[in-house]
Amino acid sequence: MNVPRHWRETPERYRMEAAKCRKCGKISFPARLICPACSNKVFDKTNLSGIGKLLTYTIIRTAPEGFEDIAPYAVGIVEMEEGVRVMGQIVDCDLVNLKTGDKLISKFRRMNEEGKTGLIMYSYKFVPDVGI
Amino acid sequence: MVGIIGYGTQIPRYRIKVEEIAKVWGADAEALKQGLNLYEKSVPAPDEDCATLSVGAAKNALARAGIDPALIGAVYVGSESHPYAVKPTGTIVSEALGICPYVHTADLEFACKAGTEGMFIALHLVKTGVMKCALAIGADTSQGAPGDALEYSASAGAAAFIMGTENIVAELLDTHCYMTDTPDFWRRENAHYPEHGGRFTGKPAYQKHVFGAVEAILEKTGMKPKDFDYLIFHQPNGKFPVQAAKQLGFTEAQYRYGLLTPTLGNTYSGSSPMGLAATLDEAGPDQLILLVSYGSGAGSDAFVFRTTKHLLKNRDMAPRVRKQLNEHLKYLEYGEYAKFRGKILKPE
Repeated sequence: MNVPRHWRETPERYRMEAAKCRKCGKISFPARLICPACSNKVFDKTNLSGIGKLLTYTIIRTAPEGFEDIAPYAVGIVEMEEGVRVMGQIVDCDLVNLKTGDKLISKFRRMNEEGKTGLIMYSYKFVPDVGI
Repeated sequence: MVGIIGYGTQIPRYRIKVEEIAKVWGADAEALKQGLNLYEKSVPAPDEDCATLSVGAAKNALARAGIDPALIGAVYVGSESHPYAVKPTGTIVSEALGICPYVHTADLEFACKAGTEGMFIALHLVKTGVMKCALAIGADTSQGAPGDALEYSASAGAAAFIMGTENIVAELLDTHCYMTDTPDFWRRENAHYPEHGGRFTGKPAYQKHVFGAVEAILEKTGMKPKDFDYLIFHQPNGKFPVQAAKQLGFTEAQYRYGLLTPTLGNTYSGSSPMGLAATLDEAGPDQLILLVSYGSGAGSDAFVFRTTKHLLKNRDMAPRVRKQLNEHLKYLEYGEYAKFRGKILKPE
């Protein structure tokens, strides 16, 4: 991921900023230019609560470049309270205990870095909701 | 009237015990534990750093304060492990919290005192009416060289405090600072790990400045040690703050809630601020708290707070420090710890 792209995606990656259709109320994440439900083009910004439920997941054991040191790790699809589905890494969990239906919350974490001297990229990840 | 309107902390899930480090370096774990009153420490996950811990702590502070983040006029992040040498942590934190763009941010460094530096500035900006609210954070993923005494204590954590004038949970009564140029601990540009003066970090450094700040604020306020319900000193280990407290006439009942180091380690800039947060977790209304930080180099900031009735109302809006400290833990072996902390050299 290059620097400008990461910067453009800051609102959604840093604070899960979504778009709420001003006409029908549908929430889109990431934000869209046209509402998929009613084709309206006017939105309000809204931040997702960060609370969701794990729908499905997989364990990555052969990681792509840049992620080798953290393998094995979980990536899942999380249905957020607002109804949107978000794909993200699940951390701070015991992989053997992870199961669909688990309540997860988002956390702000390092996602990747462009080598030791390049940009550090941050994003949301998910952790089990254990009340801390 | 100015004070803390919201506070929060973030502690990583991972821990390593003193025995696990000691066995690698052939050290006497029992002697270390008894000598330093230190048993284990927190370790940041590979995807945690000063910025991520700051955001986590600040979100908890916002939950307790119950304010719109846009009301915050300044964000100060004190740390000696900022992710970048050049590029502010404060902008990352502000953006993640939705405070940008109408905000003043600064990254502060003063060894372990950087967190209370931010608190000092934030409190006084609000007090003078420059802004309605200001956020101060002390956060670190501390560095300790392999095999060095610091490796047993250097840990990770963050505490965030939102200062304001309405719905105050702890009112600021007074502050005092005590500074000298004392070379007890430092890290040069591009150096991975800090260096320190061994025993020189004790009497002429920690003790001199903590004692100086305590004596000065007691004289300024006309208070005595027994007037305080709670006490928090900077905690480089579990021994220094206890020794200092006893010598100054404080009792265990006053410092026990704020003493986190024995199982948390030294979170450097987060250390005394996290102790304050743990104390606020337990304090009742109308109680007096004395907070005294210490940062090598060297200096101490002293604060006197009085809790209010709002503390009880807001406290359960975010997790308490002891819950973060004691639950959902995962203990690491030294090899995992070395990997997490980037202590293993790999080919580029």
